[in-house]
Amino acid sequence: MKNALFALMLGLSCVLATADESNWTSKRGLFVVSYQSELQPLQINQLHAWVLHIEDAQGGAVIGAQIDVDGGMPEHDHGLATKPRVTEELGNGDYLLDGLRFHMRGFWELELTIVANGKSDSVLLKVTL
Amino acid sequence: MKRIGIAAVIAAMFFAGWYHWPTSPRPWTDADLVVLESLSLGNLLPLPNDPTNAVADDPRAAKLGHALFFDTRLSRNGGISCATCHQPERKFTDGRAKGQALGMSKRHTQSIVGTAYSPWLYWDGRRDSQWSQALSPLEDENEHGTNRQQVLQLIADDPEYAASYVELFGALPGLQDPAEVNAAFANVGKLFAAYERILQPGPAPFDDYVAAVVANDKNRQVALFSDDEVVGLQLFIGKANCTQCHNGPLLTNNEFHNTGVLAAAGELPDKGRAAGAREVLANEFNCAGVHNDASQPDCPELEFMRTGAELIGTFRTPSLRNVAETAPYMHKGQLATLRETLEHYNDAPDAMIGHNEAKPLNLRSGELRQLEAFLFTLSAPLAVDEQWLRAPVRE
Repeated sequence: MKNALFALMLGLSCVLATADESNWTSKRGLFVVSYQSELQPLQINQLHAWVLHIEDAQGGAVIGAQIDVDGGMPEHDHGLATKPRVTEELGNGDYLLDGLRFHMRGFWELELTIVANGKSDSVLLKVTL
Repeated sequence: MKRIGIAAVIAAMFFAGWYHWPTSPRPWTDADLVVLESLSLGNLLPLPNDPTNAVADDPRAAKLGHALFFDTRLSRNGGISCATCHQPERKFTDGRAKGQALGMSKRHTQSIVGTAYSPWLYWDGRRDSQWSQALSPLEDENEHGTNRQQVLQLIADDPEYAASYVELFGALPGLQDPAEVNAAFANVGKLFAAYERILQPGPAPFDDYVAAVVANDKNRQVALFSDDEVVGLQLFIGKANCTQCHNGPLLTNNEFHNTGVLAAAGELPDKGRAAGAREVLANEFNCAGVHNDASQPDCPELEFMRTGAELIGTFRTPSLRNVAETAPYMHKGQLATLRETLEHYNDAPDAMIGHNEAKPLNLRSGELRQLEAFLFTLSAPLAVDEQWLRAPVRE
């Protein structure tokens, strides 16, 4: 499973280099985050992984970041079904975020708290299924 | 004064009529079709492999598991089998608020049907596989009240069971070495699971109706569903918010939610998943334990499992397949009928512990009746050969 995922993520990393993904700027503007889901399109009730790509404000890949993940559905006042976490740094500003599962259709928020190069900032990713 | 009285009576009659009057169906939209198809049994994914159980798909294991499932000798008093509470004629439930075996169970008996698709078992998800779940009632004082040594002794003493066991797993162990006993006991759980994996729901009138909507076959739609059932379905996928949790072809997300159900009379509120999450992590038969048959154990469900106070008072969403046949409802069987259950969600009361995720629906009485009518369309015989739904005939 891990090997297969890693191979998949390497493939996705290549896609990321050229894909025109949405970019999410962190609250203080220190980081810009994009993501690519292993599940295309996103589906409910399936455990899956994303590749996060993190750049600094100048567009440089952020290396060695510590990333905490939280989130939920604000409309229903509940959190995520699982406790996803970054399990691997893939290089070139890419990080494997594993263990995601959305168990309802609707509007979700994922908050990433990123610490890198002695600086901390958070970013809110908005996802609608 | 008299005129005001007459006007008040007319207004009251108008309100009562409006409150109880059914809503009319509206045409289906393309967006509806996407949702309807997502709920149809035809879109159920193939049964997932269970690498933790090497005999999960072995017909010999299913046959032995079937025999054990109905065998009342697997109990302290010789009178209790799995089928005592999981009755095939009731879609593997028992019609009681709480299971009644040697004593009374702590919670309402859940159906086994379709649970091979769930990462979690029990209302609180305190087990993470069908096989680990099947072991718990055997040693529960209020359920079978036996123990692992006695279970293995029974298998050893029954020539047919013993021969099948040896064929599948090798020699039965002596009963002195706890590690060997535990491994063999886990094997017994895997036999039950091989049988339980077979128990899947069959296509219901709802599924036929969805096919007719997709095919735009109006005559067939009318033949299959009354107007009330159509509106009930439209409420189900619409403003009643049912598909927030009852989604996918099994009409469950198998996740944990607090819907503000009152504690059972005379009991403290049940902590639900908050306690179940701790228990599954500690369980000796969980995916991460030594009894996992996978050559490279991989337990993403446990690895990424959520824990903590947020889960207080949350319970696993049950499948709504055959829901009209599996009353009463909720984790302690607190709600006797479908109507009571719908009224509960319509009111969405504050939770006793944690917080109710659901919001009041403000549906009218007529709409609740239509929603109830729709729920009856989810009943169907299981997609299982009849032979699996009764005790096997021993030769």
